[in-house]
Amino acid sequence: MNKYFLTALALVASVSFSYSQATISPAKAQTQRVIVMGGTIHTGEGTVIENGYITFEKGKITGLGDATTVKINTDGARVITANGKHIYPGFIATGTELGLIEVESVKATIDRSEMGDMNANIRSISSYNTDSKVIPTLRSNGLLMAQITPQGGTISGNSSVVQLDAWNWEDAALKIDDALHMSWPSSRGRGGFGGGGMRGMMPGGVDPNERAQNAIAELTNLFTEAKEYAANKPAVVNSRLDAISKLFSGSKKLFITANAQKDIVAAVNFAKKFGITPVIAGAQEAHLLIDFLKQNNVIIVANNPHSLPSSVDEDVNAPYKNVARLSNAGLTVVIAYGTGDGYWRQRSLPFVAGTASTWGMPKEEALKTITLNAAKAMGIDKTTGSLAIGKDATLFISAGDALDMIGNKVEEAFIQGRSINLDNLHKQLNKRYTDKYGIK
Amino acid sequence: MKKILLALAFVFSTTVLLAQQTFPVNGTPDVRQGQFAFINANIVVNANQTISNGVLLVKDKTIQSVGTGTSIPKGYVVIDLKGKYIYPSLVDAFTSYGIPEATRGTAAPMGFGSRPFVFTSNKKGPYGWNESIRPETEVRTMFTVDTRKADEMRKAGFGSVNAINRDGIARGTSAAVTLNEARENEVILNDQASANYSFNRGTSTNNYPSSLMGSISLLRQTYYDANWYKNQKEEYNLSLDHFNKQQSLPQIFEADGWLNVLRVDRIAKEFGKSFIIKSNGDEYQRLDAVKATGASLIVPINFPKAFDVDDPAESRNLSLSQLKAWELAPSNPAQLEKAGIKFAITSFGLDAPRDFWSNIQTAITHGLSEKQALMAVTEIPAAMLGISDKVGSIEKGKLANFLITSDKLFKNGNIIFENWVQGKRYVVSKMDITDLRGTYNIHIDGAGASTLTIAGTGGGSMATIQGQGADSAKVTASFTRSGDWVTITYNSKTNPVGDVRLSGYLTSENPLSLAGEVFVNSNSVGNWNGILKSAGKDAIRREEPAKPAPTYGSLIYPFTAFGNETPLVAEAILFKNATVWTNEKEGILQNADVLIEGGKIKAVGKNLSAGNARVIDATGKHITPGIIDEHSHIAGSGGINEGGQSNSAEVRIGDIINSEDVNIYRQLAGGVTSSQILHGSANSIGGQAQLIKLRWGKTPEELKFQGADGFIKFALGENVKQSSSQTNSRYPQSRMGVEQVYVDAFTRAKEYEKAMSVKGNNVRRDLELDALVEILNNKRFITCHSYVQSEINMLIHVADSLGFKINTFTHILEGYKVADKMKAHGINASTFSDWWSYKMEVVDAIPYNGSIMHNVGITTAFNSDDAEMARRLNQEAGKAVMYGGLSEEDALKLVTLNPARMLHIDNKVGSLKVGKDADIVIWSANPLSIYAKAEKTFVDGIAYWDIDRDAKVQEAQKAEKLRIVRKMIESKNSGARTQRPVPAMAPRVYHCESLEDHWAELNEMEGAHNHE
Repeated sequence: MNKYFLTALALVASVSFSYSQATISPAKAQTQRVIVMGGTIHTGEGTVIENGYITFEKGKITGLGDATTVKINTDGARVITANGKHIYPGFIATGTELGLIEVESVKATIDRSEMGDMNANIRSISSYNTDSKVIPTLRSNGLLMAQITPQGGTISGNSSVVQLDAWNWEDAALKIDDALHMSWPSSRGRGGFGGGGMRGMMPGGVDPNERAQNAIAELTNLFTEAKEYAANKPAVVNSRLDAISKLFSGSKKLFITANAQKDIVAAVNFAKKFGITPVIAGAQEAHLLIDFLKQNNVIIVANNPHSLPSSVDEDVNAPYKNVARLSNAGLTVVIAYGTGDGYWRQRSLPFVAGTASTWGMPKEEALKTITLNAAKAMGIDKTTGSLAIGKDATLFISAGDALDMIGNKVEEAFIQGRSINLDNLHKQLNKRYTDKYGIK
Repeated sequence: MKKILLALAFVFSTTVLLAQQTFPVNGTPDVRQGQFAFINANIVVNANQTISNGVLLVKDKTIQSVGTGTSIPKGYVVIDLKGKYIYPSLVDAFTSYGIPEATRGTAAPMGFGSRPFVFTSNKKGPYGWNESIRPETEVRTMFTVDTRKADEMRKAGFGSVNAINRDGIARGTSAAVTLNEARENEVILNDQASANYSFNRGTSTNNYPSSLMGSISLLRQTYYDANWYKNQKEEYNLSLDHFNKQQSLPQIFEADGWLNVLRVDRIAKEFGKSFIIKSNGDEYQRLDAVKATGASLIVPINFPKAFDVDDPAESRNLSLSQLKAWELAPSNPAQLEKAGIKFAITSFGLDAPRDFWSNIQTAITHGLSEKQALMAVTEIPAAMLGISDKVGSIEKGKLANFLITSDKLFKNGNIIFENWVQGKRYVVSKMDITDLRGTYNIHIDGAGASTLTIAGTGGGSMATIQGQGADSAKVTASFTRSGDWVTITYNSKTNPVGDVRLSGYLTSENPLSLAGEVFVNSNSVGNWNGILKSAGKDAIRREEPAKPAPTYGSLIYPFTAFGNETPLVAEAILFKNATVWTNEKEGILQNADVLIEGGKIKAVGKNLSAGNARVIDATGKHITPGIIDEHSHIAGSGGINEGGQSNSAEVRIGDIINSEDVNIYRQLAGGVTSSQILHGSANSIGGQAQLIKLRWGKTPEELKFQGADGFIKFALGENVKQSSSQTNSRYPQSRMGVEQVYVDAFTRAKEYEKAMSVKGNNVRRDLELDALVEILNNKRFITCHSYVQSEINMLIHVADSLGFKINTFTHILEGYKVADKMKAHGINASTFSDWWSYKMEVVDAIPYNGSIMHNVGITTAFNSDDAEMARRLNQEAGKAVMYGGLSEEDALKLVTLNPARMLHIDNKVGSLKVGKDADIVIWSANPLSIYAKAEKTFVDGIAYWDIDRDAKVQEAQKAEKLRIVRKMIESKNSGARTQRPVPAMAPRVYHCESLEDHWAELNEMEGAHNHE
């Protein structure tokens, strides 16, 4: 083991400015049955199995239940004893720029947005860099899947869902073009100091409300034409209309970012008009619209609770409480770091869910916000997002409570049954310098 | 008497002669005597004296006599003012009348690097280095009479004003002028009325200062420079020359907001100055502090308009402070009067001068006495401008600047008939018109007999018409009058149908008779005539219910949401049976007690007795010392970076503390009790830091951590070499240059110190070098923003070679690579838990950094540099358990005891030790856990945060907002003007890298709203 590490470090030192970490290879497909015995299993469906067991084979979960009474044939299987430990479905990062940016301040490493405003044909998947050094740092904390999402413009483009241990983007893809992402043209000026930009001021002195109305009219035209395009398949191919037309059949989801009460209502009504059930992201004022959102089966992607209140007067703990407020009222809620809130920061996603629990909801419900609810929003919940027989064996074992920083210690992780290398750049540098100083 | 008249005649003729001497007349001169006698008037001489039935004699520009029973000399035009009043014309001490409009905000507003870098002034001539110090500006050389503006101001009652060029920090001299429409030569009353100042850089193209703290430092430095200049022969500097000469004038300082009033006061005290401060009308928010400055004020009365709150979706976002300001601001003048603060009132800031009267009446409704109101617009401003001998009261020998009014000046419905300026008559509203008010029998062709009633002010300003048929309804007509011509227009439903216009004129005075032509829908249809039936002034006076005295909600401190009505006090409390994290050798105590009393920790241990203390059962709770944030940028005003130069050691965060920032309260809710507010990282040598305690509701000075050592921010790397700039014109542009900046700065500082120590040397006091000398003498300590190992190593070497110490490396994300060197030099580390990858110099940042440095033996802290993360520093500490395997006890010290140590305050805070300050936090669970909430946060034994009290305050303030919103709706329904409900700007959240040019931004915004 030691030897392996030393070699690895030598390599790291010499290639420290290339992307991939040569020593950390994607795992091979599962060949051996795995049995995890004796841990606390958090299914991601709201239930906990104390002293549970879970078995998986060829990447799929084959058994799950109470370990106290069960008898399992261990022949030829790898048995992991997990007494006192916790087993979770792999966490999912929603709406992230992971793999589209390496260093935020270096333009050459940024591929998160394209020029233009209505980029319905843009797709993130082909730019997703599986060799980003950031990815292994996320895996180490239990994040095993991510929705790679383009940003910018009114229509940003199409996200894809990937698993975080792959040779290339084709390997990584779990669902290509799972959703189209849109920012609802806001009738409000931008947020003022602290919210970026100056309130009520738009370039060239344009009234924000008028600008919003124009943009909404343009969106309506675009979607109306796309609907026609979907029905009649005209001779002239239009990649934008084509990308939109998949929304009408339901094979692709529509994520709309909207924050103000008026904008959320307008966005949902817009989607409804075209027979689409949207996912609303951001949704700062969703708490004012609980019944409306429930009636329309809207899933909410709430912004990171580790944010400042949206106004001086707002309850100082309102961002912490927001997820619980929506979830307890019966809405399906996903937690995500908002646009521009980082890709590297995703490794703290589990703790954001922990915060939601601290401020008003059961831990297992909070867990759903970064597992099953996220899978539902992306339309992949039939195969992943929770621990259930028949679903992907994408899960990890933590020594303690993975939603808490003093508990999260990921000891083993599996993606579709494959045992993942949990090493990363940071662990390697830590090793290098603790060795230098002779610590422990 | 005769003698005096003769003397005056002589004076008069002299002035005329002088004018004739310099200005030839193209044609034949029209010289008039300008002799007027105003009789039977109520003459309000000043706020304390009124002469009834008085006589005022005016000759040319001057008042000849004021009194009763005066015999009227020959040749005087007599004007009978029976029942009318004479007041001194008003004086406004703060206007930009007659000044060419400055083109403020021309510089690109956002950030350095978006416009050409201007290091020293481009102004031609022997002036100072910085264009915002422009004392050489003299209004007397640029002033031009502005007839349009003069007319507006005169109509509002003003006769003379102070004309200020509102541009720059030292703005030069203003001129007191009359609003007469005459040559500039005649209207200037005092050509050097005041020397003027502000904190705003104005149109200066220099990059420095880009922040409020930079402006303050530049002004302070200018005082020192001017003093040095008096005794030196090396340099000719016209700016400093002017600066010195104008120190004997009245000093007027434009400072918006009470926080700036206090900042001006600090400068006044430092340099022994006495400023007249033009404030912005929010003094009621901190009356005591404003009074304590002892300064006289010039206050505006541009009270906030009510918000249009009809749409709840829009109005929901109005803040408590916006709403309360609307309710309380009109009481500001009354409160200043009650507090005994001397103040003048200015029309500055009003949408239009005509709003002056409605607003001053509002102020009177809110308790300002009429006497004080009059003084504040006459005698006081006149005295401030040194023109009391000319204007401000009606006295012999003064200028004939007076108003003729229909009634007492501040009475609702009073009409200003005439405003005389320098003996020249300006008619505001015609005085000698026939009073048409009364009820008339009129005949209208096509409509028959009707009744016309004329009422209102000024001899008639409104009318109603009623047909004399039994079923006729009374209609309100529009009534306009031009001399003896009247036009009465109304909409008639029957007989005739349509718009009826009666156009006519006065045909007889006795009995009052009117006659003229009738138009229906603009077609002439015949004639009309009417004869007075009964005179009556009040025939259709609108019924105005007696207004109840205004009521107000409570003042809150600070003046924002979560402010407290009454000051919170320190309590003696015994917390029983908690898990107590002592940070002392006792470690973490289970089932232990903590006693606080008199703001200090009185005892820590098991089974303590309560004595007089209140007992709180803390079973299941955790008690820790308060969190200390070594690197914070909250609670600052006007920019956190002074990036105009590579070395800005002279600027002080302590000058710009903003006690009203809600982030103070938010962070208390996260268990933070002390924060070091740092300058940003725009330049190699930043500004002086300010350590504060989060005493929510106190003033900036009261927030300061008393007795703490001074610190200064240094910075290395990408920011100081302007990596994200497009223009790249400020030195340095590489890490190599950064080294040279330090070497040069400290070399100069040493030379400076040596020169200063020689007796008799006239060494120019340099605030920048003073700070560096303090560092060399271990009286000020460095905290240095740093990332990569090469630059960290560099600064250690520079420090060694020049003989200074580095106290702390902050950020220090590659500290783990040079931990042994830091340890050897006794340097502390203040870092982030797990940030990385956001820029090139953090690509090797690792979350194990803190634990490695700690294990090497460095005193290590986690800081926030972020208003949001600062609320969760306990959780960031928890990450050291996760990533580095630190013990929980050591992890908590990263955000408590260790920062206290590196800030040299561990003798007062940082652990639960008897005698230390009672800065403690009560947590619901293990504070390192994501599941912990701060339930109570004490600073000096005062519970500034209490999660239960917070819930109640929120409820109460929600109710308070609803109350005021209802009041606004009533106000709108009764006809008050409203404004769109635009939420207030949230306070800027600053980071190290906040590079905005504060003044450019501010002036851009002001320019967008206001073309004063």
